Amino acid sequence: MLELYRLMARIREFEEACRRIQRTRTGPGPDGSVSSAGHMPGFVHLYLGEEAIAVGVCAVLRPDDLVASTHRGHGHLIAKGGDVEPMMAELYGRAAGYSKGKGGSMHIFVPEIGMLGTNGIVAAGIPHAVGAALSCKLLGLGRVAVAFFGDGACNQGVFFESMNLAALWALPVIFVLENNLYSEWTESQRLTAGNSLAGRALPFGIPAVVVDGNDVLAVRDAAWEAVARARCGQGPTLIEARTYYYGGHFEGEEFFAGHYRSEADVASWRVRDPIVRFGRTLVDTGETSDSGLELIRREEAERVARAVDSAVAADPPAISELTTDVFADTEPGTHPTVTPVTATS
Amino acid sequence: MFLSEAVAAGIATAMREDGTVFLFGEDVDRSVLGPTKGLVEEFGQERVRNTPISEQAVVGAMIGAAATGLRPVLDLMFGGFLYVAMDQVVNQLAHIGYMSGGRVRLPVVLMAGIGPSGQAGAQHSESPHAALMQAAGVKVVVPSTPADAKGLMIAAIRDPDPVAYLMDVSLAGSRGPVDLADAAVPLGRAAVRREGVHVTVAAMASAVPASLMAAEGLSASGIEVEVIDLRSLVPLDLDTVCNSIRKTRHLVIAETGRRTCGLGAEVAARVLECAWETLEAPPVRVAWPDVPVPFSPSLEFACIVTEGDVAEAVTRALGGRKPSAA
Repeated sequence: MLELYRLMARIREFEEACRRIQRTRTGPGPDGSVSSAGHMPGFVHLYLGEEAIAVGVCAVLRPDDLVASTHRGHGHLIAKGGDVEPMMAELYGRAAGYSKGKGGSMHIFVPEIGMLGTNGIVAAGIPHAVGAALSCKLLGLGRVAVAFFGDGACNQGVFFESMNLAALWALPVIFVLENNLYSEWTESQRLTAGNSLAGRALPFGIPAVVVDGNDVLAVRDAAWEAVARARCGQGPTLIEARTYYYGGHFEGEEFFAGHYRSEADVASWRVRDPIVRFGRTLVDTGETSDSGLELIRREEAERVARAVDSAVAADPPAISELTTDVFADTEPGTHPTVTPVTATS
Repeated sequence: MFLSEAVAAGIATAMREDGTVFLFGEDVDRSVLGPTKGLVEEFGQERVRNTPISEQAVVGAMIGAAATGLRPVLDLMFGGFLYVAMDQVVNQLAHIGYMSGGRVRLPVVLMAGIGPSGQAGAQHSESPHAALMQAAGVKVVVPSTPADAKGLMIAAIRDPDPVAYLMDVSLAGSRGPVDLADAAVPLGRAAVRREGVHVTVAAMASAVPASLMAAEGLSASGIEVEVIDLRSLVPLDLDTVCNSIRKTRHLVIAETGRRTCGLGAEVAARVLECAWETLEAPPVRVAWPDVPVPFSPSLEFACIVTEGDVAEAVTRALGGRKPSAA
């Protein structure tokens, strides 16, 4: 139980660190140099407020189970066992990053922990989880796959295609819909017909359940049932977890998008904060004390601070890395580059 | 053996040697274009699976499957259908290897029938090879003979990276000898189909037989054309082309696709970058005009690359005049 709290705290601290840095960031220096914490490149979509979903779902997964994530993927990575050091190094575009600095926040793939990838295209990871589930089934590995996606993804055709395929072939996949009420900067209800996202699974014969996404134990219990069904060959399940993102679509968005959410709305979700709530439960049931929780928060904050320090101190990728990794068997140039010959006439 | 049968023979060879090779696609059991015909009889419906007409989800599923231990082969049927899945093909399949810093390799073969095959209309006559060459992360092969159809398929399935295997539909019924043994044709090597000294024609797909016929005709008037079958567009075997033009000093590129930003443009540019001084005249491209493939037989015939088009281009290259825009 304390491990669930610790993982949620780790995600929160990681995201809060990103938020602090982004708010004071200057962007990379001249020539792309990254020499201070304020030089974090790019932009990040934070999982602040949604921590209970990733942690609750991954709590019932085995290390070799598979997860396909989204643009808002830091929480999924950490919950699945990702290490904050190579994560932060990737956010700083470092050679020590999970993707050698070639991917960034939205392109992190960690096969050894079953992470199929964060993904910059809304809904694009859903069929990857379905395909991984197909492998699990065809290779008889007893593994399951999870597709995390948001309410915005529910209006992508590939979401429906993927549910059809998963149900048709009774694949061991769990669709985890993180309904944070917004598609980028527009309330999803203004963009979405019908009154139930979970209900979209039903015509495919996929059982669907709606849970409080800010209650880690409720999420875990729903995921446990879905994973059990998947493991014994009963096919996919959809879990709609209702939640809210404190940080908005991406950090620093006010400059581009202005204010689009009422303070009252944000405040009403703050009182349902998943970490505060679960902490209270742990104290009430005697699992730990307030100071025990405080210690965990402090340890995780320190862990993240060390990750930031080491990321800032780390080396950037060598420029020779620019053209490697396009193909497995190619060094730069096999995708034939050509040495220009200077014209002599 | 028919070329389409040779494709199936290549898939069968790979499926026999590796139990993680699975075949997916629209109607792969019946295979109306032929390249997967008969495989379900040998390998069963577990390994030869008809998929729904859901290109995005199915290409996406191939990615997830390849990332977790399968070596999937997906038949998209027609090249135009590949565009339905363009996010999964480019943003995902092609780019994940690089974006992951090499942590993930995706051994997926995407098959598609390309080119006009007789009044199928624009959407069933596409040839997306140039778009795929531009994607950075997909290898592209285009066989023009049955032997290559089998050999390139074996190599494509064994390859650790995504390979687009494009079969010119107009060649599906062409015949040729095929090695019954495992005869993989390595990716990235062009083949010299005919030797000649006056002009090099670098061609792909059905433009290869068209170029060979043109070469026969020109031979009678004393022009000896060297015909190169590029067959692997990514990686592209520029060495073979450059070696040839050191001898012939003239280059024509014959492509079954649109002219702008096409194979011809790329080959011409690279040759000019590396061997500009060896050419006596500007390269000449033979390609479709920049139009969707038209339906009416007379217009379709005017669009496609024929023996006559190649012969005219060779003559133009030798004339040394600046080629006209069309």
